Amino acid sequence: MEVLRSQRKTAESNDVVSSLPLYRSAPALEVRLEDFELYAIDRLRVLKGISDGLSRGKKPDEMEKLVDNLWRLHMRHPHSSEDRNKDIISHFVLRLVYCRTEELRRWFLSTETSLFRYRFRLQTIESQRTLMSEFNLPYKTVSNSEFENVKEKINQVARSIGQSPSSADSIFYKVPFEEVPDLVASRRVYILKGQAYVAMSQLVSLVVTQFRTLLSKALVLTNRKWTSMIREQEKDRLTPLVESLSSSYLGPDYSQPSDFAEISLKDIDQVAQSSFPLCMRHLFEKLREDHHLKHGGRMQLGLFLKGVGLKLDDALAFWKAEFSRKVGAERFDKEYAYGIRHNYGKEGKRTDYTPYSCQKIISSVPSVGDHHGCPYRHFSEENLRAALGRMGVSNRALEDVIDRVRNKHYQLACTLTFEAVHNTSCDAGINHPNQYFSDSKRILESKNPSNPA
Amino acid sequence: MAGVEVENGRDDMVIDGCENGQQPKPMQNIVAFDGVNVNYLKLYYGKFFPHADMFKWMSYGNDGKHPGCDHSYFGRREFSFTLDNDIYLRFQSFSGLSEFENAIREKCPFKIDIGPVYNVDPAKRHAYAQSGDNVFTPAERELVFDIDISDYDDVRYCCSGADVCLECWPLMTVAIKVIDSALRDDFGFNHILWVYSGRRGVHCWVCDGKARRLNNEQRSAIADYFRVYKGNENSHKKVSLTGQALHPFLVRAYNDVLKTAFEEKLLLSQNLLSHEERYETILRMIPDESLTSELRAKWGDNRRSKDINTVRWQQLKQLLQSGRQKFQGLRRCVEEIVFSFTYPRIDMEVSRHMNHLLKAPFCIHPKTGRVCVPIDPKNCEEFDPLAVPTLSKLLEELNVESPQSRGHNDWDRTSLGDSVRFFQSSFLQPLLKSCKEEIESSYGAKLQESKNSMSW
Repeated sequence: MEVLRSQRKTAESNDVVSSLPLYRSAPALEVRLEDFELYAIDRLRVLKGISDGLSRGKKPDEMEKLVDNLWRLHMRHPHSSEDRNKDIISHFVLRLVYCRTEELRRWFLSTETSLFRYRFRLQTIESQRTLMSEFNLPYKTVSNSEFENVKEKINQVARSIGQSPSSADSIFYKVPFEEVPDLVASRRVYILKGQAYVAMSQLVSLVVTQFRTLLSKALVLTNRKWTSMIREQEKDRLTPLVESLSSSYLGPDYSQPSDFAEISLKDIDQVAQSSFPLCMRHLFEKLREDHHLKHGGRMQLGLFLKGVGLKLDDALAFWKAEFSRKVGAERFDKEYAYGIRHNYGKEGKRTDYTPYSCQKIISSVPSVGDHHGCPYRHFSEENLRAALGRMGVSNRALEDVIDRVRNKHYQLACTLTFEAVHNTSCDAGINHPNQYFSDSKRILESKNPSNPA
Repeated sequence: MAGVEVENGRDDMVIDGCENGQQPKPMQNIVAFDGVNVNYLKLYYGKFFPHADMFKWMSYGNDGKHPGCDHSYFGRREFSFTLDNDIYLRFQSFSGLSEFENAIREKCPFKIDIGPVYNVDPAKRHAYAQSGDNVFTPAERELVFDIDISDYDDVRYCCSGADVCLECWPLMTVAIKVIDSALRDDFGFNHILWVYSGRRGVHCWVCDGKARRLNNEQRSAIADYFRVYKGNENSHKKVSLTGQALHPFLVRAYNDVLKTAFEEKLLLSQNLLSHEERYETILRMIPDESLTSELRAKWGDNRRSKDINTVRWQQLKQLLQSGRQKFQGLRRCVEEIVFSFTYPRIDMEVSRHMNHLLKAPFCIHPKTGRVCVPIDPKNCEEFDPLAVPTLSKLLEELNVESPQSRGHNDWDRTSLGDSVRFFQSSFLQPLLKSCKEEIESSYGAKLQESKNSMSW
């Protein structure tokens, strides 16, 4: 792909088979520098929309609709013949933008894969077949006699996921279970001796896995090229563009405490009361109550506190004060202190870990004995009502919050809680617990400037 | 979480393996952790620990002479040692059996953990760190499962936390049966090792080549396949079964294992319906007020009969499954209750990631002194965690000279003998046989390939 400053236009290729490209190799196209950036921003809008949709827990058919709308809204080119070029160019630009760190790669890989999944579902059967053949999938169909043997089980699976039993002429493929992990994870296939019986209509899962694998490998390669050549070669032209694209859109990651840096141990209880979002307040209270939190809780609260500005020494003192009441100071030093230093990048591979975003917290899976996760998603309604009551959310606001929760808009529910507690509006919405915290501090300080925190 | 605190009166559970009064000469200043004696541990690693078998296992046939063997294989495996004073050594690796054995004897670790096989020798990882990212990564790892009985505290009343007894251990038996049969029948794995974790649960090692090469996403998928338990501390519903039917795997688990375990064992041993506080826990899982009040009325008159749990369970089942319950949800409720009280709860994070460490079999649990012995899944009902040999018991047995000593190995003369023999004959030998076949056939295929590529 060649990036040009000039206004020259390029000819598009005409041998398009399917409207859904696999992005196997960078196209031999010339791109204007303005388009380079504009296309990428348009695609980012789509990807961000997808990632928001997923974090709100939207169901597959809702996602399909969402993706369809987002694509129409942002990715249509005034000349429809340019649609495909815009698609391909924007993909490769973002590949460059998001190849640079593990975190960026993970986000890009998972949202691009979702985008591909729902776009594939929206294709016609014919076009799906064409795409299938482009991947050269070597799977055999299940013969009639074999089908008779497993028919009952296959129908059982169909009923378990609310589908009608398959008719006699439906086609099934026998696929090693490793290749359809999402169908296995949600028990949407019958598995026998390592072979999953995948219906034609479930093939999307197969194709998506292939797509994901290709993209994952490609991202690592792109990263190598970026670090070894492109960054230096393009340091006056593309590099600044690429570097600004990723940060401008995903927002701050709160890995470095910024505005209200340094909270001290003596204020922490008061600050927790006034400015922690419910997820962190809950962990904080449980820690004070039980003098213990399981791993997921320690991570979620610990990294949040780091983002809030609690220094390593204070963090160690804070956790030790609680844990030693339950397990003794010695066991704390032996078993738990490492994890806290690790979070601050002082142990292990010495990565300075970033606090969890709402998206990550909402998609976590708390289990027995766990208190982490997003209360709006993971609490029963009864517990959520009680917790909101304790935060001082009035009855009317509380009903609004519960209403959002029922519709799975967990971040909106949190935003409404923020507004109710602070008696102000929060137009940007809540995307990160540390954002909740800093917005809260800002509001409280502007209300009460004479009283330093 | 009501009722976990119920008095259990089971003070006879020996937690500390070295406190049964018959210790050999007490030695000073060498007792570390909660009772495992460093000198005893030295003896254990000298006389009992099956170094050679562990080496054979972790080599997966690559220690042979066949040209297809990868001789770097064992040396790329991470071991980690927890030493006295809690010194934790990660990324230990060994080139061969003698280095492995000597390191264990010399360092005398309180705990040995096994990590993945990396793409390069983990001891030299820093040398590779300079050359860009993603270079030092796990290449292979057994698919592992970790099940702790402390995760069942809301459904057992006899013990809590790390304690176990014969009343609640059947929960582990259920877990072994359900997961073992699915790993074999559904996923087609053959080389599966179950191990008592030494205190409060069981570990499972799936060692087929295919299992060792699964990526993290595939591991997560299998772990999720096993997950029905969606509750956490802050929400009631622990198990939610939706849809018109259950997945065949869940049907089989229910019919073959869960139902019987619930009705014949746990219902009675845990007295799940015997008094109000407990049956309320179950009634809360039924989403229909009129039915629960009907049952409450029946059960309120506290008459004590011998099989009150069974009687009440029958009444509950009859009411929920009778023809007048139009709603699928209510019929499903009986299954949900059984699943909640019996279905395995695995620690998902352990299974999801290749680089999770797990304690090696045949370690001594530092808190209980018990050996982490293999469990035979075919006869797991017979496994009694309280009968597992402790380190001090083994040493005692060794001291009693027996004239009819069966073999030349020290473990052979003690109660560890059966465990080691089981490990060898039921797990290691079949595993090595199939490893050998796999190495030969993939070598053959490679040869064929290179021949083909020459034939232009």
